[in-house]
Amino acid sequence: MRNAFILIAAGLVLGIGAAFAASAENGKKAFVAHGCWQCHGFEGQGSIATSNGTVIAHTELSFEAFESFVRSTNRAMPPYREPILSKADLTDIYAYLQSVPKPPAAASIPLLNP
Amino acid sequence: MARVRSRTRMNRRGFLAGMALAGAAGAPLAADTVNAAAQALEPPPPRPSALRPSAALAVAETAPPQEIKEHEGGRPGSDFMVDVIKTLDIKYLPSNPASSFRALHESLIDYGGNKQPEFLTCMHEESAVGMAHGYFKIAGKPLLTLCHGTVGLQHAAMGIYNAWCDRVPVIVVGGNEMDAAHRPPGVPTFHSAQDINALVRDFTKWDDTPVSAQHFAQSFVRMYKIATTPPYGPVMMSLDAGLQQEPIRDIGGKLYIPRFVPSSPPQGDSGAVKEAARLLANAEHPVIVVDRAARTPNGIKLLVELAESLQAAVVDQGGRMNFPKTHYLNRPPNVIAQADVIIGMELSDFWGVVNGYVDNGDNGIGFNETKIKAGTKLISINSVELITKSNYQDFQRFQVVDVSMPADAEATLPALIEAVKSAIPNDRKAAIDKRGETFRKAYANGRENVKKAAAIAWDASPISTARLVMETWAQIKDLDWSLVASEGNVSNWPNRLWPMEKHHHWLGRSGGYGVGYGAPASVGAALANRDLGRFSVSIQSDGDLMYAPGVLWTAARHKIPLLAVMHNNRGYHQEVMHVQRLANFRNRVAYLGNDLAPLGTGIQNPDIEYHKLAESMGWWAKGPIKDPVDLAPAVKEAVAVVKSGQPALLNVWTQPR
Repeated sequence: MRNAFILIAAGLVLGIGAAFAASAENGKKAFVAHGCWQCHGFEGQGSIATSNGTVIAHTELSFEAFESFVRSTNRAMPPYREPILSKADLTDIYAYLQSVPKPPAAASIPLLNP
Repeated sequence: MARVRSRTRMNRRGFLAGMALAGAAGAPLAADTVNAAAQALEPPPPRPSALRPSAALAVAETAPPQEIKEHEGGRPGSDFMVDVIKTLDIKYLPSNPASSFRALHESLIDYGGNKQPEFLTCMHEESAVGMAHGYFKIAGKPLLTLCHGTVGLQHAAMGIYNAWCDRVPVIVVGGNEMDAAHRPPGVPTFHSAQDINALVRDFTKWDDTPVSAQHFAQSFVRMYKIATTPPYGPVMMSLDAGLQQEPIRDIGGKLYIPRFVPSSPPQGDSGAVKEAARLLANAEHPVIVVDRAARTPNGIKLLVELAESLQAAVVDQGGRMNFPKTHYLNRPPNVIAQADVIIGMELSDFWGVVNGYVDNGDNGIGFNETKIKAGTKLISINSVELITKSNYQDFQRFQVVDVSMPADAEATLPALIEAVKSAIPNDRKAAIDKRGETFRKAYANGRENVKKAAAIAWDASPISTARLVMETWAQIKDLDWSLVASEGNVSNWPNRLWPMEKHHHWLGRSGGYGVGYGAPASVGAALANRDLGRFSVSIQSDGDLMYAPGVLWTAARHKIPLLAVMHNNRGYHQEVMHVQRLANFRNRVAYLGNDLAPLGTGIQNPDIEYHKLAESMGWWAKGPIKDPVDLAPAVKEAVAVVKSGQPALLNVWTQPR
């Protein structure tokens, strides 16, 4: 059921064609295989040490903006061009990032509120 | 080195010749017999040595020493050396034993009673130096380490470089067999050199090679004085084995030990201080950037006073615990974008403060970009300018500043504070107070944002670094704790989430970023904390531990309590990202083999069972812990073990950063 919601959510962003292709499950594998986890963590949580604190889980970027950045970034992140990261894999990665469980509210974690 | 030999009845070299005539003379004397002889007023007649001048080189190095230990012809040089060392109140001597300083070693434990200093057995010279490095950052006093001529000093070199870059004094003495005509052939000669100090001369403050007992006394006190005068740094002595071992030569006068009188640290020029104060007092957005500014707890108090006088933002780069994390003026680095005056104190890289480097330019070549507004005035107080050397590039890129003080920041702060208070115009005081109110709000907002960031991936497995840090914190927060090292990069969570206020809450990093600092420095700092009744905790990374894990045994052997919570991300993660980056630049898919990370950067297949490694060396240990719900009970159990006086390690699988 949750995957179905993810597909619907991803479809709203990507358009119908992309939505049918997107797979969060494949995206998780691609996220690891292409090394995205190295700087962004396995759940896209990011780090001030590696992603300047940017959190890509549940990114608010549209897929088009997301892809544009990934392909051509000249900032701290090295670019992933199409020969090394296919559009299909990138679409799946985007779907995976939208599917990551949302974190608990900081206020609900006693250790963060001693 | 030429040596006068005629005044002694029988020296070590003559001994060896005698041995050749006498043949193998049998077993060494019993320890009590030797010690009784050592205490006799009149030295006994020379006796033949049993040291074999064998052609079997390895045997010469590995066989038990058979030379008798009596004084031949007078008091051993190394006994006097111990007298000199004792005047400097050096508490410990972490070292890996070696033949080139066997005489001094023997004098330390048998003549000196193994006190002030106490010999701590280390399994690698880099561990010994790392321990001394960490110890100083708690105790504020240097340790002495001994290392073996060429080979031991080469092992120690990386630790010495870290200490140099981190501005920490370590007293290094290397044994060396200098007399080519008389030193034992074979292995000891492989281990000798004309000038062992040359190995580390580029990153030590001073070095010497004494040629007499009196020369040793002068040089040892001098090297201690130089090392402990800001800017601090390691020092080196090449100590001839013969000088240690042979009776002291009659030099026609009484030997004396120079009195140690500490030097006062260099202060900034009064005119430069006044000009800096004028700029700061009249700035709209002054920013104070500190790296190793607070050498002592008093340095923190002084920085707070300066910051509050100006209501200026403080960016603490964390080379030391400079400024309380709980203070509203503690701000993130991006505040410098608005600055019109920046004062940098004991910065290791001023250029890097005001400029950015993006590793993503054309053809993979990085590019620079400024982080500050045009016209921003820059002030520097940095004692390291006084000891800049040429070869190693720890001085970083050259940054032009408007006011430059080659002086110790902490020593200059009292004068600067007074000058700032005098320089603030009356009509600016209201604006300065208003600036403070803005920072109070920004600080409160910043705290909430940090908590939100920490909550992301809170329940993830492998365990998030924020969760790792806070589960640890929960179990130690009521103790007098000291975070003695945090290696491997846990996204700086301790500094962002723990209420660090005291000087011993945070010790900074390695200095030279040579991997392998964390484990030994933690043990050294924990040793100092043990003597002060404090609880020591480290965030111990996997790659760092494997450089010289034998220091775990040293901790257990000498009963040094330490909680090591591992950040085990199963790779050399900086290199994981570097290789991936290059593959991307070249439009190639990075080859992973069977690992998660590019080939050659992972530490997996097989996964190292660090908990078993630690257990094998006398630690209490548990792991691997992969589920965050298992972490709290494990930390609680480990804390109880450490409080009982034993070291404990938790092998925790973590997110990469």
